[in-house]
Amino acid sequence: MTGHFLPGTDGVLFQRDRAWHPPADTPGYKSSTLRAPRHSLLSFGPTRSEMAGPTFGHERLGALDNDLIRNFSQDGGDAIGQRLVVYGQVLDENARPVPGTLVEFWQANAGGRYRHKKEGYVAALDPNFGGFGRAITDAQGFYHFRTVRPGAYPWPNGGNDWRPSHIHFSIFGHAFAQRLITQMYFEGDPMIWQCPIVGTIPDRAAIEQLIARLDRHNTTPMDALAYRFDIVLRGRRSTMFENRLEGN
Amino acid sequence: MLHPTPTLKETPSQTAGPYVHIGMTPNFCGITGVIDADPGASMLTPDTKGERITITGRVFDGSGAPVGDAVLEIWQADADGAYAAPMGPNSNSRPAFTGWGRQPAGSDGTFVFETIKPGRVAGPDGRPMAPHVSVWIVARGINIGLQTRIYFADEAEANAGDHVLNKIMDPRRRETLVAHRQEGAVPRYVLDIHLQGDRETVFFDI
Ligand SMILES: [Fe+3]
Repeated sequence: MTGHFLPGTDGVLFQRDRAWHPPADTPGYKSSTLRAPRHSLLSFGPTRSEMAGPTFGHERLGALDNDLIRNFSQDGGDAIGQRLVVYGQVLDENARPVPGTLVEFWQANAGGRYRHKKEGYVAALDPNFGGFGRAITDAQGFYHFRTVRPGAYPWPNGGNDWRPSHIHFSIFGHAFAQRLITQMYFEGDPMIWQCPIVGTIPDRAAIEQLIARLDRHNTTPMDALAYRFDIVLRGRRSTMFENRLEGN
Repeated sequence: MLHPTPTLKETPSQTAGPYVHIGMTPNFCGITGVIDADPGASMLTPDTKGERITITGRVFDGSGAPVGDAVLEIWQADADGAYAAPMGPNSNSRPAFTGWGRQPAGSDGTFVFETIKPGRVAGPDGRPMAPHVSVWIVARGINIGLQTRIYFADEAEANAGDHVLNKIMDPRRRETLVAHRQEGAVPRYVLDIHLQGDRETVFFDI
């Protein structure tokens, strides 16, 4: 390929904007204190090791992998709660779709209770709700899944801190350096703005990027509300004036 | 057309939280019947070429306490130094070696990957980098996934010329990336990861 390249498919990744992400040590979120590296991070241009990454074309997803209302059902019934379709597009920083990438998600049930041995909240477990699902993005980078709206829940941090309703997301992209974990919040939830974990992000505009929008047009009549949550992974910049990484 | 600056901002990171196992290793935490096996739980197939090894160690926080709720992922080249080619969504064949593994730490902070010794991958200057495994660590209290590498102590000559190791000026800090070999039926490479403190691991901004 000479004299022509496609921005976004060639070249190394844009430098990660660390000021947009939460810093490692955030005193308001106490668990970070002893788990935050104190040394500065070692910077170097990504090599092939970071520019390559696992892909999941061989992973055969089950028909219910993206249906949290049914995929853990013990008695054939549905999970309890307000029914939702959550969907969105995975893009890179050049606004190009990221197709064929694995998106994993997990959440508390409608009462705010996780199915986990560490969970200490008194809200009831739902026998038909596991809280895990996954999807692979389509050719345009879209994923979708069906679930119930997770409840808010208390957690041991400041004595009486509560998490707003949220869904955890893990996204791969195509380069190992694009690997990302984040959380999705719900438009209009006042609890977003009092959460110490949300508050680890310094910039309000960055927090807004984690808030899914109610999408009235894609609701399923008599069944489910729709929320749209787009995800942006790091994009590639041009290597026109640099050594091209072989194999990328 | 050049794109000198990105047009969108990367979605900000948030901690994986204490319940990360539900989403990343559901079978490990008792959410069974949704998927057959946790992704990345086994890296080897009978067709995988290369020397079988175990990479193991423990993860510690700044007080020296084990980080028992971490999840680690590794990404590595095959024995010939090649990364698995990207697979299309309609691919039917599973590669003999995907190069990717995911393991939860045990309650004492121990992680174990059964894999192969990777070959050497070309560095940006065209010279081969020393054999290494890329590592990504998430847990409650980690606001953005920590990236590092594991190298192999018995590759001293390759390590001495490695593109990344040579960016670490302090030899004590360089050592935080080098696993030591213990012989056995399957050789074990052992390296502890310290998130903070005197022996803090070198983490990357890449
Ligand atoms: Fe949560």
